[in-house]
Amino acid sequence: MNGNDFTFVLDGENIPFEPGQTIMEAATQAGVYIPHLCYHEEYRPRGSCKLCTVKINGHFGTACTMPVQPGMQVDNDTDELTAMRRRVVQMLFVEGNHYCPFCEKSGNCQLQAVAYHVGMQDSHYPHFYPLRNVDASHPDMLLDRDRCIQCELCVRASRETDGKAVFGLSGRGTRTQLVVNSESGLLGDTNFSITDFAARICPTGALIPKREGYPLAIGERLYDADDIARVGHRQPSSKAEE
Amino acid sequence: MNKIRVATCSLAGCFGCHMSFLDIDERIAELAELVDFDRSPLTDIKEVDAAGIDIGLVEGGVCNAENVHTLREFRSRCRILIAVGACALSGGVPALRNRIPLEECFAEAYLQGPGIEAPQVPDDPELPLLLDRVYPLHEVVRIDRVLPGCPPPADAFWELLTALLAGREPELAYPLRRFD
Repeated sequence: MNGNDFTFVLDGENIPFEPGQTIMEAATQAGVYIPHLCYHEEYRPRGSCKLCTVKINGHFGTACTMPVQPGMQVDNDTDELTAMRRRVVQMLFVEGNHYCPFCEKSGNCQLQAVAYHVGMQDSHYPHFYPLRNVDASHPDMLLDRDRCIQCELCVRASRETDGKAVFGLSGRGTRTQLVVNSESGLLGDTNFSITDFAARICPTGALIPKREGYPLAIGERLYDADDIARVGHRQPSSKAEE
Repeated sequence: MNKIRVATCSLAGCFGCHMSFLDIDERIAELAELVDFDRSPLTDIKEVDAAGIDIGLVEGGVCNAENVHTLREFRSRCRILIAVGACALSGGVPALRNRIPLEECFAEAYLQGPGIEAPQVPDDPELPLLLDRVYPLHEVVRIDRVLPGCPPPADAFWELLTALLAGREPELAYPLRRFD
């Protein structure tokens, strides 16, 4: 101990951190999983999906945006937070059109995997069945807005890594939609490429490569056998990377 | 000892959940020692015993007036009503029509679709009227328990029923809790 005690308390455990780290970063470094969908270590946190909500000194806050302070008391894995997170995931399910039984991303989908993690079994709320457009104009990638959860990972990846700014969000509340930056509004009329980082970041099946549906048998997919808490937020390997 | 009485039905479903249930294979003999089947495609009994039974398993979503009638019968006569499978829980594949107005569905199926010889929307009074869209069960009646999956694995049916029969809370292992 040198007078600068860089530890905080996470679910009763003393966890070391580096100054400037968020709760999410420090927890991940310590091997503690905090459920999330819109967070990705490569990009600036958005704090929009609210799944990583933790209790910080008795108040709710998002772990991906909150910097750690020495001595901070953080609750993550509690029944109360799991129940709240389950409701958040259920809202994401009913606000979109998430048909797991025939979705190509099923088994590799982080939305589904987080749902399993928080013990979701039904959708609880009435389904919106919103009308959203599918954009199949791009030769290599499909944009299925039915499955979009507006996490903005593709928006950030395209802007920050690919330097293209292909995607954006438009509208408010439940009318928010993922929009494409081209005159026609179609993905095929942009310089978006299957080799872009943005093409490999979607946590759901909203932005998926064409011509490689269902490459893995049920039982062999990322989240078939084990919980996302241990598998992590990963993407299945694809033809484009080979 | 009186046996536990179980009813099953498929509404807007494909009977895949029933097939998966039968995949418990020889354990069905063991189950038959513990339960009696009331209304079910397995028994061909047409109505749930009006005196009430213990457990109702309902597969499929609600797409027409007859589905509503059947589901309400199950709700009023089953002590524990269980929504089984993706269609019962979220509408599933039949709910794909929810984005298409009913009139256009009829037109495609009976008036303009390929191979139609005498275009006419069926209107026999015997036919149940379609609802404006397909509804998950929990939007129509109260549901006590659920069994997700498309279909739920046979072992999930087994765990659910044996747990309820033993009076304990069912515990589905990770691979048995699935949405596909």
